[in-house]
Amino acid sequence: MNGIKVIFKKELSDHFSSYRFLLLFAMIVMVSLVTVYMAGMGITKDLEGVAKPKFVFLMLFTSSGMQFSLVQFVAFFGPLIGLILGFDTINRERNEGTLSKLLSQPIYRDAVINGKFLAGVFIITVIMASVMLFISAMGLMTIGVIPGIEEVWRMFIYLVISIFYISFWLGLAILFSILFRNVATSALAAMAMWIFFSFFVSIGANAFASALTPDAGESDPESAIRRARIEKALSLTSPMELYTDSTATIIDPMRRTPRSFIQMGFMEQLSMARFSGPLSLGQSVLVVLPYIISLMAITVLCFAISYAVFMRQEIRSL
Amino acid sequence: MEQQKAIIETQELTKAYNGQAAVDRLSFNVNEGEIFGFLGPNGAGKTTTLLMLLGLTEPTAGKARVLGVDPARDPVRVKGMIGYLPENMGFYRDMNAWQSLMYIAELNGLSQDAANRRIESALRTVSLLNESKKEVGSYSRGMRQRLGIAEVLVKEPKVAFLDEPTLGLDPDTANRMIELVEGLCRVKGMTVLLSSHLLHQVQKICHRVGIMINGRMVAQGQMDQLAEEKLGVGREQYTLEEIYMKYFREA
Repeated sequence: MNGIKVIFKKELSDHFSSYRFLLLFAMIVMVSLVTVYMAGMGITKDLEGVAKPKFVFLMLFTSSGMQFSLVQFVAFFGPLIGLILGFDTINRERNEGTLSKLLSQPIYRDAVINGKFLAGVFIITVIMASVMLFISAMGLMTIGVIPGIEEVWRMFIYLVISIFYISFWLGLAILFSILFRNVATSALAAMAMWIFFSFFVSIGANAFASALTPDAGESDPESAIRRARIEKALSLTSPMELYTDSTATIIDPMRRTPRSFIQMGFMEQLSMARFSGPLSLGQSVLVVLPYIISLMAITVLCFAISYAVFMRQEIRSL
Repeated sequence: MEQQKAIIETQELTKAYNGQAAVDRLSFNVNEGEIFGFLGPNGAGKTTTLLMLLGLTEPTAGKARVLGVDPARDPVRVKGMIGYLPENMGFYRDMNAWQSLMYIAELNGLSQDAANRRIESALRTVSLLNESKKEVGSYSRGMRQRLGIAEVLVKEPKVAFLDEPTLGLDPDTANRMIELVEGLCRVKGMTVLLSSHLLHQVQKICHRVGIMINGRMVAQGQMDQLAEEKLGVGREQYTLEEIYMKYFREA
């Protein structure tokens, strides 16, 4: 245990004193500032004359001021935080010859990777928590509404999901840093994965679904539904999609389901139309629980693969 | 000299990579308090042997014991007792010498007081005390190598494995490094397993040598003894280089 603690401490101080962390942090704070300010302005205008709005505070995170809402922003740029924190975790030590020194100290080998991963997760937590607090403070100032207890809970759950999501990318970057000896290669590979999952999966899912289901036009709703289902299933291979879906009903209580309208059954559409109130917190969590669990599972899985590869690697090749 | 306590013992120690033996049925021992010169051409399997003795890599077959502990079974205990200076050792460039040593001390679970005391004494031994607040990135090769020795000393190990501590050093610095190593053995009673290509210096300080070629230990023992066997000459009439080259040509 001592080993993990010492490595964790050292990695943290490395992160905090590194330029890349400062730049990253400055960028994120700035963007969230601008986003929330725009959102806040939009909300005050939208809510003028509305008698009793609900969950106004959460709208700070979901309503898009310029282009991005904060939720979309994290879904898109969050991976970058994980990648930047992790892409040279192991191979930099290997290239500089410090890895064999580290491993010849009386620590278990997994202390190295565990300590480094935990330090990364800690940094992610610090970044995300401070961004959310920052936004909340800004929100209090611009819209002047105090969040209710349920909103605080929803924000907290959203925070935990986001930390898992970014940690997935951290784990992926660490995996690449173990697999590739060259720092530039691991950085590029990690970036390629990011771009692949952000852009190509959704495009590919669409194309693939269209290819599988013959286009029968308006007259054949069956095939349209089937197409939508295939597309959704395929796009769920992207962690980004998984994250967007798992946060959908958490941060936006008005939403009932992360699914699109076309996939709903008739009765479901009917009930959507008739009961327009917000979901309770428990129900919101229940709706997206499978997504949340899948997201956590891929995060754990990704780290487990890195762990296994690192433990089996011959020191000779270090 | 005879019947000393063996601190490192190996029996038929073998390591194969993809079916090819890098270390082939190696049996040797190192006695307490001696400097054992571990010689051999590049790629002979010296480093692999050291890694197996440290428990950093698992032997394919055979057994090793370091201070009575099997490194394959309990690597953490073995690593706590051995100070290892790897070949081409690296440093964290943005740390200064003191911080680097503190990191090592913390990884070894030392208390703050003990760490400070040991770091100061280690830095004094390698005469880096005045430069201890400079970043390691600005150090010369010789200074780095000395810092490497200091990292070994902080652990206050019973055994030190020094893999090419003189690599890339100028003759004068290399000489001083060798003297430093000798001092450690004499003053602190440390057992040293020294791998080096500077046969001249090795001859001066080593009590016994082992010559390893193509994964096999072709000779081990006191140099006088080897000289008599191989060259048929007595005390002081040979150089280690002659013995080494003789074995090397035969192999």
